[in-house]
Amino acid sequence: MIESIAIMLTTDFVIYALVAGIALSVIAGPLGSFIVWRRMSYFGDTLAHSALLGIAIGLITGSNPQLSIIICCLLFAFILTVLNRSSSVSTDTLLGILAHSSLALGIVVLAMADSVRVDLEAYLFGALLTISNADLIWTLAVVLIVSCTLYVFWNDLVSITVHAELAKIEGLNVNRLNLILVMLIALTIAVSMKIVGVLLVTSLLIIPPAAARHLAETPEQMAIKASGIGVLSVVLGLGCAFYFDVPVGPTIVIVATLIFLALYFTQSLRGSNSARG
Amino acid sequence: MKNSNLDSPDLANSDLVKAESICKNFGDRRVLEDINLSIKPGQIVTLIGPNGAGKTTLVRIILGLIKADSGTILQAPSLNIGYMPQKVHVEPTMPLTVARFLKLANKNSDQNINATLQELNIAHLEKQQLSIISGGELQRVLLARALLRSPQLLVLDEPAQGIDLSGQAELYQLISEISTQKQCGVLMISHDLHLVMSATDEVICLNHHVCCHGKPEHVSTDPAYLDLFGASASQNLAIYTHHHNHEHDITGKIRAPEHD
Repeated sequence: MIESIAIMLTTDFVIYALVAGIALSVIAGPLGSFIVWRRMSYFGDTLAHSALLGIAIGLITGSNPQLSIIICCLLFAFILTVLNRSSSVSTDTLLGILAHSSLALGIVVLAMADSVRVDLEAYLFGALLTISNADLIWTLAVVLIVSCTLYVFWNDLVSITVHAELAKIEGLNVNRLNLILVMLIALTIAVSMKIVGVLLVTSLLIIPPAAARHLAETPEQMAIKASGIGVLSVVLGLGCAFYFDVPVGPTIVIVATLIFLALYFTQSLRGSNSARG
Repeated sequence: MKNSNLDSPDLANSDLVKAESICKNFGDRRVLEDINLSIKPGQIVTLIGPNGAGKTTLVRIILGLIKADSGTILQAPSLNIGYMPQKVHVEPTMPLTVARFLKLANKNSDQNINATLQELNIAHLEKQQLSIISGGELQRVLLARALLRSPQLLVLDEPAQGIDLSGQAELYQLISEISTQKQCGVLMISHDLHLVMSATDEVICLNHHVCCHGKPEHVSTDPAYLDLFGASASQNLAIYTHHHNHEHDITGKIRAPEHD
């Protein structure tokens, strides 16, 4: 056991995976908290699905896939935010249409581009262990940008989430802040794809904050604890995946879910006890 | 629609905010018609009117949250507004203490927050979660957030909702004291003229248009007011009435005068 851990930690691709996974979990905590508070999980899903279209476009045009994923996600996020502001179509419906049409389009385009062999499964369910040097740099750059932006705008972003009108009267530019938040989420989803894949990206963002909810008194505590739970899920998930030789992305999600369930049940047990007492 | 922060010849020096001929339609429905009002420092103006009379819409236009179809809002230069919204729904998914909520407004010092909480008699709530305090407590917390901005103009949308009767009187008393003490103008929406009477300088009775306005004791005996709220709303009917030249149909539109 100890021996296999030692082997793990001296293997390059495991180190890359650990660093990328931990870095992403750190920003996924606060961003995921916003997704939970603002009920945006379907929005996250839609962006993740649009990322697949980004891959397809990247392959066809021969551009950097990571770059085309990011551009595609940012573009979708922008379109959704603008449509949401003006349109009378229900957000839910709009997201449903965009999510599935972009996923379908992505898959069809990938199938048509038969000059390139693409491991679709890797994009759908993630392939943390195959991330390259370049992927790692992309990830760390995005993590740096997102965490700096979050740090600067944190109070304003929490303020517009609690009560947008109050925030507006108090002098905040609500539309601009909304757009910033959405762009940060899009960036994060774009680079998280490699780790857990299109289909599991949102869960990495949502499960840790949901687990942290009852451990927190303030938004800041929830965000930080969500980051911690995310890091723990990545480390344990990676270890388990390596040890049992199972796919990494889904294992991370399972570990996060188990942590959520454990915290949920201890909290509700404690809650019902104190209610009785 | 002009929304001007500049010094304007139309804006009397003493006015904090002045609304001129504000009109607003939602679709085909006319919600506000030719509304004029102004608020001076230390003056309390109360908007009363039935549900759907356009009170909240008018307040939102004055705050700049929505645009009027026509008319002008003039604001004193760099006017600092403290706003107390009708409702604050805090998602139960977000942990938020009262103290943290108050800190969102500005980068207020803990000392400031403490002082304001004490002033409003809610110091014990500081560490409570916003999602579990009572309606009346929440109203006071919202008032605290508005006050922490040291506003020149306080805008309160039904500040007393969810508060029992004695608490309501107390709250209006408090608002009146704050207005005098800090010389800030107050614009508030209320349903009950009798409770706000002692704490109001000017009442505007609104039902899509301004039905009547003036001192509370005057408005409470105005036929237009009685027409809207029923005679039972005014137990202290006085002798004075003015000539009432219009009636309302069921949608609040003005009927043509029947006899002149």
